[in-house]
Amino acid sequence: MIEIKNVSKWYGQFQVLTECTTQVAKGEVIVVCGPSGSGKSTLIKCVNALEPFQQGDVVVDGISLSDPKTDLPKLRSRVGMVFQNFELFPHMSITENLTIAQVKVLGRSSDEARDVGLKLLDRVGLTAQAAKFPGQLSGGQQQRVAIARALSMNPICMLFDEPTSALDPEMVNEVLDVMVQLAKEGMTMMCVTHEMGFARKVASRVIFMDHGRIVEDDSKEAFFGSPRSERAQLFLSKILQH
Amino acid sequence: MNYHWNWGIFFDQVQNGDETYLAWLISALGWTVAVSITAWIMALVLGAIIGTLRTVPHRGISFFANAWVELFRNIPLLVQMFLWFFVVPELLPKDLALWVKQDMPAKEFVTAAICLGLFTSSRIAEQTRAGIQSLPRGQTNAGLAMGFTRAQVYRYVLLPMAFRIIVPPLTSELMNIFKNSSVAFAIGVLELTFVSRQMQEDTSQGIEVYAAVTLLYFICAFAANRGMALVEKRVQVPGYIAGAH
Repeated sequence: MIEIKNVSKWYGQFQVLTECTTQVAKGEVIVVCGPSGSGKSTLIKCVNALEPFQQGDVVVDGISLSDPKTDLPKLRSRVGMVFQNFELFPHMSITENLTIAQVKVLGRSSDEARDVGLKLLDRVGLTAQAAKFPGQLSGGQQQRVAIARALSMNPICMLFDEPTSALDPEMVNEVLDVMVQLAKEGMTMMCVTHEMGFARKVASRVIFMDHGRIVEDDSKEAFFGSPRSERAQLFLSKILQH
Repeated sequence: MNYHWNWGIFFDQVQNGDETYLAWLISALGWTVAVSITAWIMALVLGAIIGTLRTVPHRGISFFANAWVELFRNIPLLVQMFLWFFVVPELLPKDLALWVKQDMPAKEFVTAAICLGLFTSSRIAEQTRAGIQSLPRGQTNAGLAMGFTRAQVYRYVLLPMAFRIIVPPLTSELMNIFKNSSVAFAIGVLELTFVSRQMQEDTSQGIEVYAAVTLLYFICAFAANRGMALVEKRVQVPGYIAGAH
């Protein structure tokens, strides 16, 4: 479904990604972790071309991102993405947030878009908030809406960029619950997260990054059992202490 | 103070004319409003476009937009009035120049409105740019990730918020445009400042004349302010706190 082939990226002189290679098969849930500044968010943003890269290629559902003929907006409309800061559109009601891209990008009628949107809103347990605005919702609620918004486009896979990092601790679980449910339904997912509980529960594989490189790319059993690199061992020992 | 008060002056007949000074002032107010509103519409449309172009990641486009802004905001408004009135027509092709100088209807009004509109557009462009750039980068990414084209991101995501954010500075701009329209007297638009000078010369009742004109400008600017306050209230986003992100 997603192939990342030898991707390298520089900001000016500074190399942020070095020859990253991995793939995500249909139905797999990949957790990407690593210390801050390791390039994990940049890597995941390369998957839907929000970040350009200078070398290598990313192929999503058989479509190469480095091919200049690729219709990037169309490709992105098929890849759902959830952001650390939710990024709901603040001037639109929750319903409008859920329907605007369906109408403007997919060309659905507003009635159809509304049906799809409200169904998904029900699924994340927020039907009562349909008429409210993002600023009137808690962080956890906003992130659940953001997941529903991404799903409203019927994506072939979902990207999560630290979806719980900006949340108050008591709201983390309501978001993770939605993600776990999604994983169990067979959604292909690539998640940048430090929620190791989530990784243990649903990950097919865990990728560990450091200094722009993929250092480990292993099954979760192998990763949590005995990470090969010292850096990953150190990282795990630090975040699993509590 | 040895001043001869005469508040009745407004009801006197204009020299060599059959209307009262009051009617003269009202017509002048009409020209002030006409110049201001025409310039405002131009400034708003052009400012929004140029300000947006300044944020587009394309060198040629942003150079053009930057040049626009710098051109119109680095020259005094009065000098710009003279440039548009005396210099620009000379630079036009011969036939067009002749038409502008001799046959163009309401020549002074058109020139003043264009000049004030362009001058203000550079200021609105700056505010639009600042409004767009004050939005978190993630908003653009979120729009793109939904499959919007860049133009759609501007249309549906960035501009609606940017304009809400810049309503307060736009309010000042609309008030400014009424006040700046007074510069149009210099090229002979029969607006409030022009007429008040004429009236003062005719009657020597400077205090009454300028009191009236001051009041009329104040009413214009204040009405603009109240009008924009209504707009601000109307477009308010429930629960949104600027900068809290």
